Amino acid sequence: MGRLTVKGLSKVYGESSAAGSVTALQNVSFEVPDNQFCSILGHSGCGKTTLLNIAAGFEKPTSGSVMVDGEPIRTPGWQNTMIFQDYALFPWASVADNIAFGLEMKNMPRHKRLDTTQYFIGLVGLKGFENKYPHQLSGGMRQRVAIARALAVRPQLLLMDEPFAALDAQNRAFMQDELVRIWQREPKTVMLVTHSIDEAIKLSDCIAVMTRRPGRVKEFIQVELPRPRDEDDAAYLKLKRKLRDLIHDEMEEQ
Amino acid sequence: MSESETPIQETRINLAPAERTSPSISVRLLRLFSSLPNLGLLIFLIIAWQLASTVWLPSIDPHMAVLMPAPTLIAKTAAAMIASGELFYHLTASLKREAMAFLFSAVAIPLGIAMGWWRLVYNQVQPIMEILRPIPPLAWIPLSILWFGLGDEQNEFIIFLGMFFPILVNTIVGVKNIEPNLVRAARSLGAPEYKVLGRVVFKGALPQIITGVRIGLGVGWMALVAAELVGANSGLGFLINDARSMLRTDVIVVGMLTIGLIGLLIDIAIRMISRRLLPWSLALGR
Repeated sequence: MGRLTVKGLSKVYGESSAAGSVTALQNVSFEVPDNQFCSILGHSGCGKTTLLNIAAGFEKPTSGSVMVDGEPIRTPGWQNTMIFQDYALFPWASVADNIAFGLEMKNMPRHKRLDTTQYFIGLVGLKGFENKYPHQLSGGMRQRVAIARALAVRPQLLLMDEPFAALDAQNRAFMQDELVRIWQREPKTVMLVTHSIDEAIKLSDCIAVMTRRPGRVKEFIQVELPRPRDEDDAAYLKLKRKLRDLIHDEMEEQ
Repeated sequence: MSESETPIQETRINLAPAERTSPSISVRLLRLFSSLPNLGLLIFLIIAWQLASTVWLPSIDPHMAVLMPAPTLIAKTAAAMIASGELFYHLTASLKREAMAFLFSAVAIPLGIAMGWWRLVYNQVQPIMEILRPIPPLAWIPLSILWFGLGDEQNEFIIFLGMFFPILVNTIVGVKNIEPNLVRAARSLGAPEYKVLGRVVFKGALPQIITGVRIGLGVGWMALVAAELVGANSGLGFLINDARSMLRTDVIVVGMLTIGLIGLLIDIAIRMISRRLLPWSLALGR
């Protein structure tokens, strides 16, 4: 289970009300049902990464909380694991050892660990690359390892920080499709941060559009389009135009 | 920590070109032969040295020839010293001291990790480190002779001082330079703090730690010879100083060449080991 609730979340850097303080998030609230895919869409500097870091337990909120099934997140851990833009794979460990890392931390017995690792290597399509090291893999393959590593611990909440931003356009589109396929096989509550409108529409059940700093939820949109999503579909284009206008307004207001 | 950045760059430069590929033996032999012309100057100098020692210097003053033993005489002496086991005896005495001192100076690794990881430890230890570090190991010789007397302990203490700081400083730099997202990833996968230290921080810092060990063994080797010059009755440093009193310049040069050669071999050995153990770190350095 993993119902995500963000409630009255604010984050102020520096002494609040002091001159140099920066309000990154201001009273952000939304809710994502279990096993739904939610994207946080906004410009850089809208506090979306701060939101993600709080959900991962890396940072403490100034007020409010991020909760999974009603339990506030306070520390990092396998329940709310994160996938990074730069993959953050352990360079000294093979693909299999990277994926098994979290399982080892959970003290999973060896034979079970090997089985689980094999399953996730297969799921992300890396059979035959078990013993390769990260530096021997392409960017897309590295991100597959990172996805497998995060899913293997069976988190309640999966957090993704612009996971495909470092890939070229073709690889990015391909990896987005792959992510949907993997997520449909291993359903999870996902919170993904992106500045790409297409990425948000292609992947998400719901999209939280953020305002400029201080970050607030400008609009929370349910995406009802059937999967797989067709970029030429009229409804897709209509939603895309709507999101573009919302984002564009933010540019104007600046 | 600007002074500690030199070692990093130094390794990159040293390691980078050779690492790209691992060529076959025949290719290596070919390369060896093609680099022979580069030894032209060296061969010329050896020949000139030989002539100076056997023809030129004796023609000025026969006694002067002793100051500059001819390469042929050095080779003959070396062969005799190897055959009699004398050279081996002094070499093992020196290597044993180097090894013992290294065992003790390995304390710098956990200390460096603690200093790189915990701000409090760094703030407390750093002033002490900055006071002690600029004191050359050789400046400790008089005091250490009073503390330990002449012999192995005193020598090992001097070598230890030479090794300790390069290892410590490089370990600290290695820990501080770890990609923060690797630490976050480990925590996010449920690693408790002690496992973050052991499984991520230590491993991530390992290439830099090994660089520190390389530099430390080199500095230690230099300190060793100096320590043995004054405070030992065996070892390569003792050998060359002892030969001085007997005016055996050929023995001195054999000792010097052995010191240089073994220093080089230690360095090559560490580099080979690190290449084996950490293939990934070379890929990172590109």
